Amino acid sequence: MPRDTLNRQMNLIQDEILILGSMVEQAMLSAVEALKKRDAKAAKAIFLQDQVINEKRFAIENAIIILMATQQPMARDLRQMAAMLEVSTELERMGDYAKGVAKVNMLLKEKEVYMPVAEIDKMAEIAVNMLHRALGAFISEDTSLALAIPHDDDQVDELFNTAYNKIVQDMIANPNTIDQTNFIMWIIHNIERMADRVTNICERTVFITTGELFEVDGMDEDDLNI
Amino acid sequence: MTKSNNHYAIEAHNLNIFYGNFQAVKNVDLEIERNKITAIIGPSGCGKSTVIRAFNRMNDFILTARVEGEILFHEKNIYASDIDAVQIRRMIGMVFQKPNPFPKSIYENVAWGARVNGFRGNTDELVEQTLRAAALWDEVKDNLKRNALELSGGQQQRLCIARALAVKPEIILMDEPCSALDPIATLKIEDLMRELSQEYTIIIVTHNMQQAARVSDNTAFFTMDEDRAGIMVEYGLTSHIFTKPHDQRTEDYITGRFG
Repeated sequence: MPRDTLNRQMNLIQDEILILGSMVEQAMLSAVEALKKRDAKAAKAIFLQDQVINEKRFAIENAIIILMATQQPMARDLRQMAAMLEVSTELERMGDYAKGVAKVNMLLKEKEVYMPVAEIDKMAEIAVNMLHRALGAFISEDTSLALAIPHDDDQVDELFNTAYNKIVQDMIANPNTIDQTNFIMWIIHNIERMADRVTNICERTVFITTGELFEVDGMDEDDLNI
Repeated sequence: MTKSNNHYAIEAHNLNIFYGNFQAVKNVDLEIERNKITAIIGPSGCGKSTVIRAFNRMNDFILTARVEGEILFHEKNIYASDIDAVQIRRMIGMVFQKPNPFPKSIYENVAWGARVNGFRGNTDELVEQTLRAAALWDEVKDNLKRNALELSGGQQQRLCIARALAVKPEIILMDEPCSALDPIATLKIEDLMRELSQEYTIIIVTHNMQQAARVSDNTAFFTMDEDRAGIMVEYGLTSHIFTKPHDQRTEDYITGRFG
């Protein structure tokens, strides 16, 4: 079969994307863990680790551009490369969300603050699990799995709403700690956005296999009733 | 008589071409849009050159060649008995793989065909106008008496395009027009094709898929069937064929996974 070189290079880039993905998963889980323990030292390490994630993303982007220039991909190969570029960007942004959680941890210092721990924990667990499966579907080009994963985002949204209400309740009850509690809003926002971005990875999987670009989750009716 | 739609410059219907007992092209239906560039791509032996040659009856020169079906041009089958093949070739010009100017002056190369076809106007004007249209004028205007064979390969090919344009054709057929040219000369021809498509309909056969992708509006992909006869697999917008073709055989060919 011709195009062994192209196939080999594509596989190498896919491996790098999986590594980048696991770095991001680890960053988010560690960031939430450090937050629960209020471990500022661990948070700083995660904050600095984001630089490594960014560099890896640039390396992947560079490798894809070189492959495009040297191998002149067409059709599915072209879609796959375009999708890999997009996915590496999504992963980098998810890394920023993990970094954001670590940053809040550092900003809080020793201050007392209310946290809906159970919801935060569960949101991070689901979001990371979604990401893990989405990358699996992306590499194996499993369209049906890619179409199913975004439904889990509903659970994350539900947990977000619960956590949001709890945080607002605390703000009303304890107006003197609003500054700190506001930071906790950032936390749940970051995790919620991470799950949203998993949906984008699923869209790219569908794009590779079908050539169609569309929002797999669509827009909720609720989104219109703001 | 079958009516042809004006939207199309030329149409092949149920085209079958044989060389003796061997069927080279099978059941091809191909409608060429007017003022567009249509690329025909496919592996060697898929019949793409045979098809393009059928469009101006160049196959007449091959004794064993036999054409069935019809090719409609101005609502007439060009293979009908009352059609003058020479007239067809004036209206449907051809540019070949290897530049083949006459061993005469640049001027004569352009003027000759027009004169033979009874051109009675100002030949100097015609030569200038045609060389300008072929994007060659600025490079040769200072010495039109120079022998055409002294030009570079890319210039010779543009001169051949000028020679085809001088007899005011409607369609220009190009059979691998850049395969003997370097990349810069190739890009000049491609830019020229785009320019010319405003006035002419262009059909190009090329092995170079990147060229087909760069230059054409529509692309037809040909391959061989189990009898080694050329068949058309897929035909559509170039932007579609090279990003999400419908047929797996097209996909395999354009991604280089053919064979």
